[in-house]
Amino acid sequence: MNSSTISIGVCVAGEHALELEEFAAACGIEVSFVRVLVEEGLLAPAVERPAWRFGGEELARVRRICRLQRDFEANLQSVAVMLDLIDEIERLRAQLHRTGIAAS
Amino acid sequence: MEFKDYYKALGVERTASDEEIKKAFRRLARKHHPDLSKAADAPARMQELNEAYEVLRDKEKRAAYDRVGQGAQAGQSFQPPPGWDSGFEFSGGPGEFGDEADHSAFFEALFGAARRGAARGRPGRGFDPGQARRGQDHHAKIVIPLEDSFHGATRQLTLHSPEMDASGNVTLHERTLQVSIPKGIRAGQQLRLAGQGSAGFGDGPRGDLYLEVEFEPHARWRVDGRDLYCTLRVAPWEAALGAAVNVDLPDGTVEMTVPAGSQTGRKLRLRGRGIPGSPPGDLYVLLEVVLPPARDDKARAAYRKMAEDLAFDPRANLGADA
Repeated sequence: MNSSTISIGVCVAGEHALELEEFAAACGIEVSFVRVLVEEGLLAPAVERPAWRFGGEELARVRRICRLQRDFEANLQSVAVMLDLIDEIERLRAQLHRTGIAAS
Repeated sequence: MEFKDYYKALGVERTASDEEIKKAFRRLARKHHPDLSKAADAPARMQELNEAYEVLRDKEKRAAYDRVGQGAQAGQSFQPPPGWDSGFEFSGGPGEFGDEADHSAFFEALFGAARRGAARGRPGRGFDPGQARRGQDHHAKIVIPLEDSFHGATRQLTLHSPEMDASGNVTLHERTLQVSIPKGIRAGQQLRLAGQGSAGFGDGPRGDLYLEVEFEPHARWRVDGRDLYCTLRVAPWEAALGAAVNVDLPDGTVEMTVPAGSQTGRKLRLRGRGIPGSPPGDLYVLLEVVLPPARDDKARAAYRKMAEDLAFDPRANLGADA
């Protein structure tokens, strides 16, 4: 790979959001598992119609789901609870951060 | 390559039972998991734990590891003896534990060949050698200054991944990429670099590289999604009487009106002056009223005069028992 070439980074959002198959490949999971995650309420597509599209936040979320599942041998319900708690902690941290109080 | 002491990584004896290994892994995983811990080294620690557990939980891999590891010390230079793995067959499928990049060169040297062999004959995927398959996508993180999102930028990124040459030696392959950062990118978003992932099988195309974007902490700005927050220090008379003050932005300066009668904590919004985009984010300025120190007679006299002239009780509204 020639290091003087500039790789164009395209932000995975909006018109560059991923289609279902691309998204599953990027997450390293099967398409059917993406459907399960959506059905079980752990994941929501960034765009619903005309076809599902997924953005960078969803990609990071699924990779987190896979990590939690793997590292704790957790079932999807436990992962869902962990995700809710992690989201809540991140929301509170962001609130502290906005007001200039460092969250340790 | 450095020898990895997987027993030490999990804090267990070499004679530990499967149950003890599992327990140790679970306890340490809760402590060091990057999704639960904010520690900077959490991802590296977790990778170490996963690798140790992947080997020690598996009877075949553990036996093989024990055989090559006799007498070796962590951190020592290490080369597996040629043909060391003859007689072992690793039945564990590929991808049990994530990407190749999740493993150390040491792990790849011991188990990489078996894993790659298995990947080619992966059951269920129906892969035969004549058939093309797209290469794996890779993931990494890129930490950029906030200013890049205002102007766009080109950043150099160095990636490390263990790769095996034709004779089976593993080297930590380093490659450098020049990446263009689009204007308006936000923390938590992903940049997709087409064709920068693993090589495909057969005539299959290369996979892609996904970069998760994170901002460097900034002395002045705090970022929340598209919005920027900063604290603006003002003098009591500026807050009381109103003032026009200059506020620095990541892309310039703007004159802002502090309305008369402002207090500490008042939040002023500059619409559209956050991270660029459609719609752009907003800039929030939090006012902090700072008192001049009463260090000399002149300052003390000014405060005394205020106390005499102003009928002001800051605790007037606090209720009877305050």
